[in-house]
Parts: sequence; structure tokens; C-alpha cells
Amino acid sequence: MKMLPHPLLTPILAAIWLLLNNSLAPGHIVLGLLLGWAIPLFTVHYWPEAVHIHKPLTLLRFMAVVLLDIVLANLVVARLILGRPQSLHPAFLKVPLELRSDLAIGLLANTICLTPGTVSARLSLDRRFLLVHALNAPDGGAVIATIKQRYEAPLKEVFEPC
Amino acid sequence: MLEYLLSFLILAGALFTFIGSLGLARLRDFYTRLHGPTKATTLGVGCMLIASSVYFSNRGAGMSLHEVLVTLFLFITAPISAHLLAKAALHLKLESLAPPPDDDPANS
Repeated sequence: MKMLPHPLLTPILAAIWLLLNNSLAPGHIVLGLLLGWAIPLFTVHYWPEAVHIHKPLTLLRFMAVVLLDIVLANLVVARLILGRPQSLHPAFLKVPLELRSDLAIGLLANTICLTPGTVSARLSLDRRFLLVHALNAPDGGAVIATIKQRYEAPLKEVFEPC
Repeated sequence: MLEYLLSFLILAGALFTFIGSLGLARLRDFYTRLHGPTKATTLGVGCMLIASSVYFSNRGAGMSLHEVLVTLFLFITAPISAHLLAKAALHLKLESLAPPPDDDPANS
């Protein structure tokens, strides 16, 4: 058994512990690191695959883009709600997936739920398609293209470079 | 000055949360109603958390960054609940304004 099954998880858990306690006292830092070391050891069996981040900078840029999109999504959805609900064009869209790993697909589905007027509804059994419900999509193809280019491409670069 | 900023943030937060809930009443089918609470409220809660963080950081007891965690957990859990609701609705074949997806067996 490896001592550090998920090297990334340790600093993340330690940071969460420090945030929970709102303190940077040395004692809390030690305890946080200890928890960050022990929890991955105990939960290693529940992680189906190892996580490798290949391009941290791309990941950071992706997160910035998503944060910005969340703010925009809120404004757009607020306007749609206050506008005339009769003029909405809701639609189900089938987004073909190029991602293969569980984590990347999960992150993509999560991102889709957080961003402009889309909720991911179902993943096909063969994992080739993600069914997405869009609040207002007169042009479904454009929405699919945006999702693929804006969210899927960076995730693919970060988690599954070929 | 700080108080103006805080009141603005809290009011904006309340407004967005209200619009999100209003969506439940105004939109017309289950799937579109899902969009209101998952989106418009994120920004509402975000504004309130920023206000909380700024307020408690300025009371002299040091930085207050608990709020970052609330945001983190919200961003992880809100989409999951939305996804499960949508999936359950598809399973029950609820009425939908959008043409429902073709139901091939590979998609259950």
C-alpha cells in the first residue's frame, strides 16, 4: 500500500481543514496535514482511478472561465425568468462525449449544470452521449458547440491528453 | 462606506434568490423550473457569502474565509441534486415543453 495514494488530496484536505477552523495556527496545520494523509489512506478503495492533472495552468484558466460563466449564467437566467416565459425554446440536446474518464465526465456534467441555462439530465449507458436540457436554445447546435469547445476541450487537455 | 457595500451585496443577494424562486412560479414545465433554483440562487448565495466574509473580516478577529467552503460545497452539491431531479423526471416521463429525447434502450 502506498503511503500517499492521492498526493493531490492531501494539500486540498489540509486547506479545507484550515478553512473550517478559520485559523493558521501551527497545531491546526499539523492536524490538517495528518487528516490529509489519513483520509486518502482509508478511502483509497472508493476511488476508481488515479487522478493525474497534466496541465495545471489550463485547469486554472478553466476554473476562471467557469466562475465568470456562472455569474453570466445567473444574469441570463434571471432575465429569462423575468421576461416572457411563453417565448422560451426549451430543448433536449444530445452532446457527444469525447471524454472517457469518470472524473472528467463528472466535472463536465457538473460544469454544465452551473453554467448558462443548461442542466445535464442523463448519461447514456455506453458513455458516448450526455443528455442536456437547455432552458432557451432556439439553435441547439450552437449550444452543443459551445459546451464542447469551452468546457470539454480544456477538461480533455487536463485529464486525458493523448 | 463599507456599510453601503455590504447593504448592496445583501440586497443583490436577496434579489437574485427571489428571482430564482420566482422562476418556480413563472416557468411552465418541470424541466425549465429546474433552471431557476439551480442558477439564479447561486449568485444570490454568492453575494451574501461575500458580504458575510467582508463583514466578519472587518471586526478585528482576523480574516474570515469559512465562506469559501460554503461556496465549494454548494458548487459540488447543487448540480448533483439538479441532475438527479432531471434524471428522475426523465424516468417518469414527465410532461415537457421540449420534444422529449428518443428513448432507445441504451439510454436508461
